[in-house]
Formats: sequence, C-alpha cells, structure tokens
Amino acid sequence: MLLIPCPWCGPRDEAEFHYGGQAHVAYPADPAALTDEEWARYLFFRDNPMGPFSERWNHTSGCRRWFTVTRDTTTNAITPETSR
Amino acid sequence: MTRRDREVLSFTFDGRPYEGRQGDTLAAALLANGVRRVATSVTLGRPRGIFGAWTEDPTAVVQIDRPFPEPMVQATTIPLHDGLAASSLAGRGRLSPDPDPARYDATHAHCDVLVVGAGPAGLTAALNAARAGARVILADDRPEVGGSLPDTGEPVEGRPGVEWARAAAGSYVALPDTRLLTRTSVVGYYDHNYLVAVERRGERAVTRERVWRIRAGRVVLATGAHERPIAFAGNDLPGVMLASAARAYVNRYGVVPGRRAAVFTTGGGSGDAAHDAARDLAAAGVEIAEIVDARQGGLVTGVRGDGEVRAVLIGRPGGPAREVEADLLLVSGGWNPVVHLFAQAGGELRYDDRIAAFVPGRPPEGGQSVQVIGAARGVFTTAGCVAEGLAATSPPDLPSTVTRSSRESRVPVDASAPGDAPAREDAGPSGEAGAQPLWLVPADDYTTHFVDLQRDVTVADLQGATSAGLRSVEHVKRYTTAGTAHDQGKTSGTLTSAVIAHLLGVDVGALGTTTFRAPYVPVSFATLAGRDRGALHDPVRVTAMHDRHVERNAVFENVGQWKRPRYYPLPGEDMEAAVLRECRAVREAAGVLDASTLGKIDVRGPDAAELLDRLYTNMISTLKVGAIRYGVMCRADGMVFDDGTVIRLAPDHFLVTTTTGNAAAVLDWMEEWLQTEWPDLRARCTSVTEQWATVALAGPGSRAVLAALAPALAVDAESFPFMTWRDTEVAGIEARVCRISFSGELAYEINVSWWYGQALWDAVLATGTVTPYGTEAMHVLRAEKGYPIIGQDTDGTVTPADLGMDWIVSKKKPDFVGKRSHARADTARPDRRRLVGLLPEDPDVLLPEGGQVISTGHLPPPPVPMLGHVTSSYRSAALGRTFALALVAGGGNRLGDRLYVPVNDTLIPVTVAHHVLYDPESTRRDG
Amino acid sequence: MTADPHANRISPLAGFAGVSDARLDVREIPFLRQTNVRADPARLLPAWADRLPLAPGTWRRSGETDILYLGPDEWLAIGDLTPVPAEPRADTARRVGQDDVILTDVSAQRTIARVAGPGARDLLAHGCALDLHPSVFGPGRCAQTMLARAQVILMARERDEFWILVRASFARYLAAWIADAAVDY
Ligand SMILES: [Zn+2]
Repeated sequence: MLLIPCPWCGPRDEAEFHYGGQAHVAYPADPAALTDEEWARYLFFRDNPMGPFSERWNHTSGCRRWFTVTRDTTTNAITPETSR
Repeated sequence: MTRRDREVLSFTFDGRPYEGRQGDTLAAALLANGVRRVATSVTLGRPRGIFGAWTEDPTAVVQIDRPFPEPMVQATTIPLHDGLAASSLAGRGRLSPDPDPARYDATHAHCDVLVVGAGPAGLTAALNAARAGARVILADDRPEVGGSLPDTGEPVEGRPGVEWARAAAGSYVALPDTRLLTRTSVVGYYDHNYLVAVERRGERAVTRERVWRIRAGRVVLATGAHERPIAFAGNDLPGVMLASAARAYVNRYGVVPGRRAAVFTTGGGSGDAAHDAARDLAAAGVEIAEIVDARQGGLVTGVRGDGEVRAVLIGRPGGPAREVEADLLLVSGGWNPVVHLFAQAGGELRYDDRIAAFVPGRPPEGGQSVQVIGAARGVFTTAGCVAEGLAATSPPDLPSTVTRSSRESRVPVDASAPGDAPAREDAGPSGEAGAQPLWLVPADDYTTHFVDLQRDVTVADLQGATSAGLRSVEHVKRYTTAGTAHDQGKTSGTLTSAVIAHLLGVDVGALGTTTFRAPYVPVSFATLAGRDRGALHDPVRVTAMHDRHVERNAVFENVGQWKRPRYYPLPGEDMEAAVLRECRAVREAAGVLDASTLGKIDVRGPDAAELLDRLYTNMISTLKVGAIRYGVMCRADGMVFDDGTVIRLAPDHFLVTTTTGNAAAVLDWMEEWLQTEWPDLRARCTSVTEQWATVALAGPGSRAVLAALAPALAVDAESFPFMTWRDTEVAGIEARVCRISFSGELAYEINVSWWYGQALWDAVLATGTVTPYGTEAMHVLRAEKGYPIIGQDTDGTVTPADLGMDWIVSKKKPDFVGKRSHARADTARPDRRRLVGLLPEDPDVLLPEGGQVISTGHLPPPPVPMLGHVTSSYRSAALGRTFALALVAGGGNRLGDRLYVPVNDTLIPVTVAHHVLYDPESTRRDG
Repeated sequence: MTADPHANRISPLAGFAGVSDARLDVREIPFLRQTNVRADPARLLPAWADRLPLAPGTWRRSGETDILYLGPDEWLAIGDLTPVPAEPRADTARRVGQDDVILTDVSAQRTIARVAGPGARDLLAHGCALDLHPSVFGPGRCAQTMLARAQVILMARERDEFWILVRASFARYLAAWIADAAVDY
C-alpha cells in the first residue's frame, strides 16, 4: 500500500487514489492537424521506464484533485511534482 | 508458575482424551502425554513428530476439529484450550462446509516506531523509544513477552529473564501512546513502511482474529533467530528435535520431551546453545547419553527406530557406527537470523561466514525505514541484544512524529538505518570465526537426508535437480517444492541453499536464497476477509424508496453497488409474466420506475456550456434555458463512454445525468479535463446524485396522473413539450419535472429532494392507476425503441455511428473529445459492427445474449467467421414476439438479410431489422 | 398536502437504532442544511475570505454554520448559510459577476452520523486508514476519506466526538458496518 502525498490532503493510502498514467502527455492543440499515426501515438503510446517516472494521480476518495508525482518504478520512492 | 500449578485443560487428539495445562501449546500438551507421532508426511507417508516449538516447526501440522474445523494448523502454535479437538494429518486438511461463526476484523494503526519482536532487543528498543516520547507499537507473536527468555531461562541485567521481560513490558505499557500486541504475528512488510499483522485474540474473544494494518515511521525488527537442522539419514524420525525446541519444552512449558537424549551440534548460538539445552534437559531429569560435536569431528550418521527414535548411530561416514540408545536426538545445525520481514521490505541479504547464515545487508530504498537488531542480525548474546535495542532507539537517532501535523509528508526518506553496520565487539556473534559449518553428513544414499521435512524434500531430490541442469535456487525450489510449505522454509531455506551450493561447488553467499514473501506465518482467508463478508461484503446502495420496493416483493438486480428493483412479481407470476405485464402497463396505461440511481452532476460557471461542448459529441451551448438535450460522451479514442441528459437550468448552470454505473467515472472524467487540460475554463462540477430522488412516470396515462398530482402545472403538450423541464409542486413536494422518455412513451421524470422520495413514490402509487415497473421492463421498453444501454450494447469498441446515432455527432464543432478518432481509417470502415435489430424467424425463440451471429446456415469448420454478437434479447409484449439487438458487421446494409445464431447444436435463423422496432416516428413519445 | 411541510420527509438512517453504551454513542443527526461552496480562493470577497477555512483539512465555525475545507476550491457548509451581501442565495441559480462563489444545495446528498465516546477513535480506526490520534486529527480537523468501503467526510468536533458525513445511498451500509464494529466496544 503506497503512501501517496496529495498536495492538498497530505499523505494518504494508495487505495484513495486513481492512477492517471504518464504525466505531461498534453492533449494536442489541434488534433485535426495530426496524422493518424501522430494521433495514435498520443492515444496509445506511453513510456515504461525502469527508474524515475512522472505520473498522475487523482485523489478520488478525497479532494478529487489531480496532481503529478515522480515515482521510481524500482523502489516506489515518490517525490511530489505538483506544488500547492 | 510451575506446570503443576496451572489449570488443567481437557482435549482430544485423534479421538483420544488427554489433559494438558493452561499455557500449553497443543504440541507441548501432546509431548507431555507422550504423544510423539502427530502427522504423516505428505508425499512419502513417513511418520512425523514434533520438530520445533513455535512457528519454525515443519512437521506437526494438524487438523482442528473443534471448536471449528480448521485445516493444516501448526500444533506448536495452537494455544491449548478446554474442549479442543484435533487430529493428525497426512497432507491436506479439511475445510468446513459450514460458515465460520467466529468474528474477524481489521483495524488501522499508526506509530512513530513499530518494534517487531518482544525479546530482549525488541523490549529494550520499544521501552527506550516510548521513554523518548515516540508513539510505539510493540508486536510479538507469543502470548507473553520475553522472546526466547522463557525458553532459555537466561538472566538479563542480573534478573531472571522472564521477570525482567515482564517488568520491562509493564514499564512500557504504562507510558503514553504505547501499544503492546501479543499473540500478534507481523506477516507482511509492504511499501512505505506499511505492515500487516494478525492478532490471535483467542476462542473466547468477541473477535477471534484481527488484522492490523500499520503505517510506521520507522520499523525496528527484533525477530530473533531460528535454529536449523542438519541433513543426515533419517533426520525426520519422530524424536529428532531442534535442541532449542527441546529446551523450550522443558523451560517454558515444564514438559520433558524424552527420557534419554543424544545431542548433535555444530556449535553456535549464545554461548553454546546445544550444550546449554543439554544442561537444562539434564536438570529436568533427562539422561544425556552423548553430545556429538561436529567441531570435534563427531557425526550422527543415522537413527534407528520403528516410528520413532530408539537409538542414534554415531560414527564416520562409510566407517563403523556406534549405536547409542536414546529416544530423543537434539539437533543444532547453527542459527538463521529471521530476516523474512527485512527481505520482504526490499532489503538485501548477505551471507555472513562467521555465523554461516544470511544476515541483513543493504537496507531497502524508496520510503522504507527499517532497522534490524539483535539475533535477527546475528547478535546472539542477551547482553548484546539489550545494547542493540538501546542504540536503535536513542535520540537523536529517534524520529518523533508525535507533534508532526498530518499533512506533513510521512514518506520516510531516512535510509540511515544501520542495517549492515558491523556488530559491536561486545555484542558480536559467538560462532567461531571461520568455522566450517556442517550442512549434511556425507553418505552413499541421500534419500532420507531431509532438507524440507514438510515437503518431503531430500538431499537426493536436490541432487536430482542439479543434475537436471538447474543452477538457480529459485528454479530448484520450484522443481523440488523445497520451501513452499506453510512454514515458508523457516528451517529448510538456508539448508537448501547450502546443500545446492555444495552440490554445484559454488559459494552459498553467491547462490543466495529464494525470495521471501508474505505471509510470514499462515493466515486464513476468514481473517483476511475480516468484516467484509456476508451483508457487509460490498456496500449496498439503496434509494429513498427502497423499503417500498421490499414491501412490494421486488426482485432486485445489482447495478454497480446499487440494489435496483428488477421486477415486482404478483402472486403466482414468474419473471417473464411479471415483465410482460409491466411492459404492457407502460405501453397501454402508466408505469412508475425508481430512477434515483442515475448519476447527477451539477455543472456551473460562466464556461459551463463550453466545457460540455468539449465533452459531449453534440452541441450543448445552443440548448435553451428550460430545455433538455440527450448527449453522448466519447473517450479520446472515439468510443462511447456514457450517455444521459443535459438540463439547462440557467445560462451558466446545467444538470447532467449519467448512467447508474458511471456516475463517479463521469465526474472524474469531467474533473480530469477541467483540471489538467482546461484549467482556464471557469466551470465547477458537483455530484448531486443523492440530492435528488427521481421517479420516472411513463405511459400514455402519465399526463393525467401528473396533472392530478401537480395541479399548478400546465401539462398539455404545447405548454410542456418533450425535452423541457418545469419546477412545480408534485404531491405538495417541491419538484423539478423533466419531460424525457427512455421507454418511447409519453413520460416524465419527477425529481424531489431525497428526503421526500418515498413520499413522492407513495403519492404516485396512491393514484391507483400506475403500475410499478423494474429495470427488466425498462430494458425491454428501451430496446424496442432501439435505445442502447452503455455497457450492455456497447463494450468500449463502439462509436456513436456504430449505434446508428450519427445524428448525435456534431459536424459544426471544431473539436470535442473523441472527434479526431472518428476520422481514423478504422472508425470510418463501412464494415464496422453496427447496432441492428434481430428478429428470430420463430417468434417464440429467445436468443441468448452474447450469442454469435454468422452468415451461413451450417457451421463451417473452425475458425467460423463471426459477424458480430447479440447484445440484448427480450420477449416483447408490444411486438408480440421475441427480438434482439446485436452488433453486426456492416449491419445497416444487411436489413432484411437472413443470418444465424448458433445455440448449442442448432442454428437459429434470424432476420436483420432496423434497431428501432417500436414507434419509429416517435409519435407516442412526443405527443 | 399537509400542514407541516416536513411531515413526510424521511432521513436516510430513519430506521437506524443507533448505538448507546458507556464507551460509544452513535446516532443520526438528520436534515441539517448543507451547501457545497466552490470558489477561487485567490479571488474571494473579504466577506467570504473571513468565513472559509483556507488550511487544508480544517473546519471553522462561522456564526451558526460549520464550514469544512474539502479541497483548494471547495468547501461544505453545514447549517443555514446566511448569504453574503451581493452574493447569490444558496438555492438560486442566478449569476452575479464572473468570480462567483458557486453555492449548490446538497442537504440531502449526505446524512450525518455522530460517533462519540471514549471508544469512538478505536471504532473508526477499524475502517479508516487516517491517523486519528488527537495530536493529528483533533477538534477542528476534517478529511474526505474512506470509512469501511464508503466515501465519507470525517469531522473531528469536541474531544472524542466525530461527525461522519455519508452519502444517502451508502448510509444504511455504513450504519450496519458501525453497528457490527461496535460489538467490541
Ligand atoms: Zn487530496
């Protein structure tokens, strides 16, 4: 059970959160301008690093806020990325 | 208290009555009664006795029969109680067919320091930390504190060990914010210092077992060490016992496990544990026949006896052996620090040559904060353990979090725990430096040299594995099953690694151990389930009208966590009859449905319309105040995610409904876009699902019913047209009435405060002209009309166009979530599966939902080309026949075609129809 | 139509007998007015800034109203929320300027279970993963979290007194859970 630091509520059990996958994957400014391949890359392709990974969490059972942390996928060490 | 002063308890084993004493384990009581054979080995059917004295025991696994059947429990850990009935096992046990009447639960706990193990090291650490002001939890799996002190009788700080331990525990519990959990096994060590423990509260406790979920600032592991066996011929025969176990039976329980004992030791432990054990047994009246010390070249080459030890063979391998009469053979092959929890936490182990065992090495990273002290890291002297306990919890080393605010990060980042610091001089391990350990006694035949007594794995089996080419200890484990039993390899693990290393000619430290996994001791599923079983297994969500549905004998359906009435059978009616009657009532008169479970989200703010325009496929911003629009949401991949209605209450105020199962997901979805992509949009979403109770009133008679209940409301079609809403009073209750329809009939949804839901329901039914209908009739009615149900007719691969709803996808909006995906080549394919109606040629045949649709009237050889599948299938009162909805490839171009649905061995011919089968012009709905 | 406008309203825990003994007292506090408040804390009018607790996880009494912090732009007011001048009333949808404080009536969305007594913390710990130690979660603190398998808003009031705000549809489940957990206290 990870202890995830919500920037608003403080550290809470993982069970209170929904995982949001890789962070910093922005919705394209003009989707219509993208090729099918570029669009598919936005939709379906994500990194899967061994080591630090920027990822999003939503505090669904708490404040309902989305935020970003860096989690080391080998040790589960978590450092906050979203500041209050 | 001496044994004779303890209360007498009666129990049975294998049907025979015995007496034991309060404080005994079942194993101690059996030994006290001279019962030495308690089990039969799982594979080889060999007799097995009592080998250990606590959780390390690999052999004495029994079945509990009373008070409640429990399979495969360690006799060495079962507290004896009056009326206990147990029996020996050969392999697997028996589960009870009856529900367990005992209560189980779970609780959460937080502390600055969790100390695992209440021996000299742990007690000292806990007391010291508590004195420094920390919040401390001290957990130990024994019924009483002291760790091995009651087993050894060793003194501490000049006092008898047991007395010292009780005094220390007394001082500890008297301090504020301390908790002492005895009979509590810490079974798992998870991420971020989260540990799970199981407290065995006893047969008489209100709650029999309790799971503790502990989040600790720091963890101090003082889990001690296990003595280990030596592999020699016949080392599994009842009467062979760990020296430490024999000592525990004598000192802790006052039970003499034999009459005449031989001792086989490699040395090691505190002072010399095996010699100390021999001394204690002798003092208790056991005759010590001989001490065979491997350091002086002595070897036990085998034992003799039929079913239990009668004599011990002492000598040299291949050479002549002396036979020494004995009924007990104490074995001491060295000591393994209990590193299970440290390893579970992610700590690395290293092999320590001085004690010939694995000890904690590099501490884990990533939010674990753990320190190992005492025998658990190879410090075997009592004085050394006390010193370690003090050092581990002395300021400024000790982090006190008592005054920390709850928002402060609790993720411990301190990795300074001296997990692999060298042992202090005065606390050093007493094993002789450089001493060669003895793992197995050489022999020509290794078929009875057991390394895992529970799994019946011998040195010969390990030879088989290595000669088959296996080189990894993990592979050998899976090949031989060594270490996979309930005891998690407590006695067998290191021995197995060492023997494999010996066979492969490699260094045991380089070979390593198998992975340590939770749970440290067996935990029953009942304990893990805790309170979450039966009626509390999962939350049951109910509406304000729930009691009324129960009173009407509703048969309920689970929709997510909600209980929804599926149908209301009248006396003598089955489901089919009830649903046909309910459908007919809606089509011909009026019906009422509890629609309160629909998700409701209040969307407010100057940019609310813009937000909804971006999330729905159709245009919302053009909706007029007072009007309602149906809308569909897609995921970015273009697939339908949810549908519902959007009500415009004010220019900047909407009420959005979602499907029952998706209420939370849709709110999360809106927040995700709002917070992460469009934070500049000024709009706020608030769940109001339970603010409103909703009654759907449907059928040609509904207008008259509403008119009677809402005298202030103009209900004629012109004043109150389809897809508009009005605020009024219904049955004297403030209400919002929406004229929308999910049945294809003239219909209204009446929303009132949840508090008045039951009053509204009662008022509608009191008119006497309205039939309550459930979700099954609702499903039939909407399917007749071709309205899809998200999650039933869709599965995450269906676009709005696939549902025949091209009209709901705006061509004007520059973008909405999912729009780009609708232009992908795959979503534009003409042969995509489309929603169609299917009419079985025999109007009485009901197609099975999920049935495949094929084009040929015979089954071709596999693979059979499948055109699609049936998503919904019902018997329709209005159509006077059965019908189905299906997703069929190129569906729109197949209208009138004959297709087939294979059911068992027959192919059911069906005709493809438009998916709207009832009132396609919608004159009934809109009139 | 009845003379008493409230005569036929029913609270979600109307059938809950409660728990009452020396260590624990549990009962429903029904029908309190509750208002969800949404606003940008950086653009609050002074009248609002004085009332809303801005520290996460805290609640504050303002007149007869308790206002709980739910998130960085969200609060819950329990009790009659007297309107701030030049602000919209709680139950209307009118819009006043662009930096509205948005008020949504959620009175019936959740009901309140009051759990009090020396056993209260231990009882809640069975289903709540938060650290409820008085030094961490004492009077004045609140949190949105899980209790058993229901989402709740937990409010620490006086010493050993907690209010649990639970959604109406989950209320019976939670009450049954509390009654079951209370057998140990
Ligand atoms: Zn939060």
